[in-house]
Amino acid sequence: MSEMIIKNGFVFDPLAGIKGEKKDIGIKDGKIVDASEVKKGKEIDASGKTVMAGGVDIHTHVVGPKVNVGRLMRPEDKLFRSRTKERNTRMQMGFAVPSTYATGYAYARMGYAYVNEAAMPPLHSPHVHEEIRDTPILDISAMPVMGNNWFQMEYLKQGEIENNAAYTAWLLRATKGIGIKCVNPGGTEAWGWGMNCLTIHDPVPYFDITPAEIVKGQIQTNEFLGLPHSLHVHGNNLGNPGSAETTLDTLKLAEGITTNNKFGREQVLHNTHLQFHSYGGTGWGDFESASQKMMDYVNKQKNISFDVGFVTLDETTTMTADGPFEYHLNHLNHLKWANVDVELETAAGVVPFVYDKNSKVCDIQWAIGLELALLAKDHMKCHLTTDHPNAGPFTRYPRVIKWLMSKQARDELLHSFKYADKVIDATIIESMDRELDLYEIAQMTRAGTAKCLGISNMYGGLTPGMNANVAIYDLNPEDMPKDPEMIESAFSRAAYMIKDGVVVVENGDVIATTPRKTIWTDAKYPLNELVERDIREKFLKYYTVELENYMVFDDHVYNTVPLEVESPAA
Amino acid sequence: MSTVTITSKGAHELYLEAYNVTPDAFAGKTAAEIAEIECHEGNYKGTLGEYFDIAGSAGATAEETTIIVNGDCKKIKRIGQKMSAGNVIVEGDCDMYIGGWMQGGKLLVKGNVDSFCGIAMAGGELTVEGSAQNHVGSAYRGDWRGMTGGVLRVKGSVGNDIGTFINGGTIIIEGDAFIHVSTHGEGGTIIVKGNVEGRVGGQMVKGDVYVYGDIKYMMPGFKYVDEVEAEVDGETAKFAHYIGDLGERHPKRKGQIVYGNIYKKL
Repeated sequence: MSEMIIKNGFVFDPLAGIKGEKKDIGIKDGKIVDASEVKKGKEIDASGKTVMAGGVDIHTHVVGPKVNVGRLMRPEDKLFRSRTKERNTRMQMGFAVPSTYATGYAYARMGYAYVNEAAMPPLHSPHVHEEIRDTPILDISAMPVMGNNWFQMEYLKQGEIENNAAYTAWLLRATKGIGIKCVNPGGTEAWGWGMNCLTIHDPVPYFDITPAEIVKGQIQTNEFLGLPHSLHVHGNNLGNPGSAETTLDTLKLAEGITTNNKFGREQVLHNTHLQFHSYGGTGWGDFESASQKMMDYVNKQKNISFDVGFVTLDETTTMTADGPFEYHLNHLNHLKWANVDVELETAAGVVPFVYDKNSKVCDIQWAIGLELALLAKDHMKCHLTTDHPNAGPFTRYPRVIKWLMSKQARDELLHSFKYADKVIDATIIESMDRELDLYEIAQMTRAGTAKCLGISNMYGGLTPGMNANVAIYDLNPEDMPKDPEMIESAFSRAAYMIKDGVVVVENGDVIATTPRKTIWTDAKYPLNELVERDIREKFLKYYTVELENYMVFDDHVYNTVPLEVESPAA
Repeated sequence: MSTVTITSKGAHELYLEAYNVTPDAFAGKTAAEIAEIECHEGNYKGTLGEYFDIAGSAGATAEETTIIVNGDCKKIKRIGQKMSAGNVIVEGDCDMYIGGWMQGGKLLVKGNVDSFCGIAMAGGELTVEGSAQNHVGSAYRGDWRGMTGGVLRVKGSVGNDIGTFINGGTIIIEGDAFIHVSTHGEGGTIIVKGNVEGRVGGQMVKGDVYVYGDIKYMMPGFKYVDEVEAEVDGETAKFAHYIGDLGERHPKRKGQIVYGNIYKKL
């Protein structure tokens, strides 16, 4: 098949410890090979350029029902923001919630190869897989949401980890999901009674289990099964002043638990969009950053990872399985609101939101995200996300990179804020001189995320044998541009993006598309009679669909790549 | 002030998207250069020269440019879209989205227009001498940011959804309106000199609506409070004053609750 060699680039590959050395990268039949193996084929001159593996996004919302609700309820998101059909692309629509095609092309232009849809309502997994099929170029995995799942709450209340593991393995097969996502554990279910769980010890009505018990039980289940990714938590009390306390309580649940997996991940708990969970103060008046306190704890813990959820100060559409939070948000901004209850499993809400540069609160949120990343000691465990589209669209990643790499860019923006003085008082951003380097950016955007997801044997690096996903950026590490805008522009428009050995982007333009893949976890742990009976009974009594119509059938899932795992505990 | 006259050839089969017929796009250009400006017919991207005969040349800036549009424009949309200055005069009827997102300047249509004229208008003067269809001075579909400034005057009658989410500026309808006037209103003024069928001020938070004729069905969320005298569009008259929509949230300013107002001429 095809061969290709990328010559003379400055290579950043944190998985292999390569820090900007000049190196040739060989590609053969869609895989990385040693450069000496390439005898013929295309030669790409990357001299004076930065070479990294294709980006891996650990937490984004790009496919599935709530994304689609976001598209439907915001026609104005497409107004004057849609690209007409170009030579190699179909029409692209939308800004905060782009169409599937716009999503695939936009990620590819930024040099991304893999994204993880962070919330798949199990009942609606067929829709998720349909949209994965329709998203060009990207390989996609999706995490079934389980933090308010009736089966899990019942098993975990009784401490039945083995039964919970059997159900979880079945659900991953039924939905073709990659791992366990937990959103506002117990709180979303409590909202069915008009309540919420704002601390980890608030009992869930009727189920009489606490968020702490759910999270702890899910970590144990995850390690019992030895899944590639850890538990992926969006904790309780998100987005409220004082959320840092609740978050620290949640993170402490992981203390003393060791991982048990063959995929190379080190964490047992991944806290997503930590920015929303690092708020101090008692109300919006004394709202302040608690990033220092948060990172003092996180930096010491070996078995925790997190992504940031950077606020990008844009107009966007928030969407989350944290139903009560979206209800609360709608009462703050009085804009549109949609929500849905997903039977025995979860719920979701969608609300447009404007992160206004002239709002003190939004600016503090912006600062907190950057502070977390600048305080982090190990960027293999601190990942770049905007919780797209919740804190901002993923198309702003290059802008976030600019802020992380340039104090000048941060300060210029900070001092242009209407309430700059108040923002400076409530944060520590102004005192921070740290500027991340390209190696740390590569850790935050590909190496660390791939390792954390348990897919670092295929993605996030440039070692021979891995998928040939390579991004080449027009940045010379020996002569970095003085103007920070050039950093944003380089990461926005990859000089080249190679996906599975095919050049899909050249000079920021999409020139080809490749078949995308669906990655999921095939946990071999079997169903036992009890769990099988529980499943049949619940479907008979409560679900609106029959069991036979629930499971995603194989033809529905596009180009599957199962991550096979025998439970180490079995 | 320089004048460009463009005359529709009327040859197109589909609706023509003439979003570039604005003083801003024409400024500094000769007739030949204007003929090269892009427009869309369906998914075909063409040039203005294919659809119009163009005479005269534009001024150096939008402010110094007047555009006169002649010929059959019944299937031409988006004239004057986003214009910020200068003059546009349409001699006959035209289609949807006339003067949408207009920021300044003057746009005069001597005939009738279809729906969505002056939507999300932010400034300038848009005058329609004939009638208009629906969504006059409204917000774009799904948007909560409606008209914020300018004066939109329709001398004839209009359909429904007038000034949805209006937040500023003035809409004057000299004829009748059908239903939905100032729905979700957050400010601004709407004057209807004829009759309105109903649903005036539904979910209105703030702003003023004046109705000279009948409101056939008044919204139940409005309450009569007093009688006031007010100057409206250059004349003074007495009005019955209603506040509402009482089913909606209402902000406080200086300790006083702010309501939407309907003034019905006595």
